Amino acid sequence: MNPENRIDSRKLAGIGLLLAFACVLPFHISNYSVFQCTMVLVYAIALLGLNMLTGFNGQISLGHGAFYAIGAYCAAVLMDHYGMPYWATLPVAGAVCLVAGFLFGLPALRLEGLYLALATYALGVCMPQLLKYKGFESWTGGVQGISIIKPDAPFGLPLNPDRWLYFFTLAVALLMFVLGWNLLRGRIGRAMIAIRDQPIAAEAMGVNNAFYKSLTFGVSAMYTGIAGALGAIAVQFVAPDSFSIFLSISLLVGMVVGGLASISGAVFGAIFVQFVPNIASRMSTAAPWAIYGVFLIVFMYVMPGGIAGFIRILAAQATRRFRAVRSRRSA
Amino acid sequence: MALLDVASLEAFYGPTQVLHGLSFSMQEGSITALLGANGAGKTTTLRALCGMVATRGEMRFAGERIDGRATEDVVRRGIAHVPDGRGTFLDLTTEDNLRLGAYSRKGARRKAETAADIERMYGYFPRLRERHRQQAGTLSGGEQQMLAVARALMLRPRLMLLDEPSFGLAPLVVQHIFDIMRTINQQERVSILLVEQNAAMALELADHAYLIETGRIVLSGSSREIRDNDAVRRSYLGY
Amino acid sequence: MSIDDLLAQILSGLATGSIYASVALALVMIYQATHLVNFAQGELAMFSTYLAWSMIDAGMPYWGAFFATVGISFVAGMLIERVIVRPVENSPVLAVVIVFIGLLVILNSLAGWIFTYTIKTFPSPFPSEPVLGQHYVSAHQLGSTAITLAVLLLLYVFFRFSPLGLAMRAAAQNPASSRLVGIRVGWMLALGWGLAAAVGSIAGMMIAPVVFLDPNMMSGILLYAFAAALVGGIDSPGGAVFGGFLVGVLENLVGAAIGSELKLTVALVLIVGVLVVRPSGLFGKVHVTRV
Repeated sequence: MNPENRIDSRKLAGIGLLLAFACVLPFHISNYSVFQCTMVLVYAIALLGLNMLTGFNGQISLGHGAFYAIGAYCAAVLMDHYGMPYWATLPVAGAVCLVAGFLFGLPALRLEGLYLALATYALGVCMPQLLKYKGFESWTGGVQGISIIKPDAPFGLPLNPDRWLYFFTLAVALLMFVLGWNLLRGRIGRAMIAIRDQPIAAEAMGVNNAFYKSLTFGVSAMYTGIAGALGAIAVQFVAPDSFSIFLSISLLVGMVVGGLASISGAVFGAIFVQFVPNIASRMSTAAPWAIYGVFLIVFMYVMPGGIAGFIRILAAQATRRFRAVRSRRSA
Repeated sequence: MALLDVASLEAFYGPTQVLHGLSFSMQEGSITALLGANGAGKTTTLRALCGMVATRGEMRFAGERIDGRATEDVVRRGIAHVPDGRGTFLDLTTEDNLRLGAYSRKGARRKAETAADIERMYGYFPRLRERHRQQAGTLSGGEQQMLAVARALMLRPRLMLLDEPSFGLAPLVVQHIFDIMRTINQQERVSILLVEQNAAMALELADHAYLIETGRIVLSGSSREIRDNDAVRRSYLGY
Repeated sequence: MSIDDLLAQILSGLATGSIYASVALALVMIYQATHLVNFAQGELAMFSTYLAWSMIDAGMPYWGAFFATVGISFVAGMLIERVIVRPVENSPVLAVVIVFIGLLVILNSLAGWIFTYTIKTFPSPFPSEPVLGQHYVSAHQLGSTAITLAVLLLLYVFFRFSPLGLAMRAAAQNPASSRLVGIRVGWMLALGWGLAAAVGSIAGMMIAPVVFLDPNMMSGILLYAFAAALVGGIDSPGGAVFGGFLVGVLENLVGAAIGSELKLTVALVLIVGVLVVRPSGLFGKVHVTRV
């Protein structure tokens, strides 16, 4: 499940086509749909973060919603209390989460699989309570949360706030994905994967497990934190109960459905997480989560590689058949 | 009818094939030795009999097919396996280990019979009685081997599979265990299939032997014939 | 804080602690057999409690519903192990954790769908008046502690003295050797899950009168049970029980000291603290991994 080291021209063309589609789309759909697409991009960034940690580096996190929350509250507090412009909150949210993730990653170094899952689960469950704590209320707004205003397009561009935010998020997502892809296919990425698959051998070959594991935690938290900040701006609101353990579980679902250790999987997963609850909740309020649960279990039995993995298998089969036909023709 | 009949047995660890068409049989009441060097496939053969590895081919015990069956089922049909490494329940007491040997018994009198059998085991292996309340993990290697054999005997098996019982043990202890094996074989008609690297001791105990090399049987015969075989003498008996 | 208050906090802490001890024990039972932590343990207990509630709501007397629920939970636990957990038994840890989370989520949403998210009251079989002329603990707290202690004692006797209990312990410690003495290890696992579910259902029914019944009732309690199991030693049943009582008392004392709003965070700190400082807990075994 290693990311390819070089991107071939077909893939590049495909991505270009997708981007073109993404740029044209917002002008043909309603504002609310544009908002939903923005959220898909937000989740994609968050899922890429989570996937780095769990898919590529093998550290299970059931509490990534906490970093999303930290990023979201960073943006909200900076915009509401200090009047910081929205785009400046992103690097701050990223930096705060990078440090927070790295710090959490340090004790996590000694925790393997199950125990790390336990600890991160605890983090995810505690987050709403921490956010509601009266001692922080002057900052966090307590139970009521904080409202923020969606920014207008700069330089008088002829875009309404929803569309502007969409393009802004698209640009950030593009940047984050390119950076992430670069990271994962380079030396750091290889170290991360080695630690996941053969930690003892990796250490024996000179990889500093402790450093890379904490670094991965930090970078993963940074990604999810930036996503949280973007999400807060898009939703225009942060409140403790939106960041419960169920947010962390949503991210887990997105990662599993999209595909572990897959960059494109982050996008598939994000589409799933954004639209399936919408459709499902028309059936009943409980349906989205029941569907999540069923998908989690079924995917583990049937499609452990997620949608991305499934597509990869299909593509490999198609290539084999294509090559077989070609060789038969030339024989 | 042979007690154990193995035909064209192939065994696999994942994609690697370790046994390449083994065929042999055992009569009831006999003691048979499987000899061979490290990695020849002797332990794998015993594991295959118990359904612990993937196999192809036929294995029959008392006329009934046992290939493809789960370990628990094979065991309940009357085969007791003393694995290499002994398989002791280290965190349980010595006596609990013995009691577990009688786990699959049925019948109203099983409690009394189990107690009587445990007494019999202490008769064979007095050291176990001394340590009966001790955690099995604190027993010495020899004691654990005796415990493993005793636990297998608690199953009241028709066939016992012993994997390297002499491994890491002092000669006197090994002799004691082998003596008990001979006694059980003669007095209780328990057939024994013995895997041993110590060919000399094995050939002394057994009446038949097979020589296995790289997953195939290369020689078979009575233990005297095997002992007198020049090649065997040079390679495995050292003279 | 006066001695009177301290005593009240400690005693009521022991009462809640008995609930944590039960859930922690259920977690440890499954951990011992499978080296897995059942993240869905809380939701299982919650769902069982809802089953009891619907039986009582339909007119069944309390104890009838109680025992019926325990029985149904036992069977359900066994079924879940055989049907849902078994296919991923030998999969990597991540896969199993994901399946457990899936189970958690399904149970939670099923409960919300069938029973709605409105908070319900759950009856207590114990009188509401104070007993024994004291005011530290209510009759319910005393009664539920007595019941959970009785359950724990029963389990201890079962595992220590019965042949089946011995076989289950053996299957948990050494599945390969257990097969060699004819133990059907798969069924032992299922039995373990059944017992864990049954114990969890009792814990749920004992805590529901206090915290009221809603689909998210058990999530905080599960966290405390995790902390308790870790503090006591994740592979030590006795440790889990001790840990449960300890965590119950700690929760109350810390709550009295710094306010009750950060109680869950205390659990988080405990969990991370134990895992970092002494992962085997107070009574667990220290595991040496051979490279």
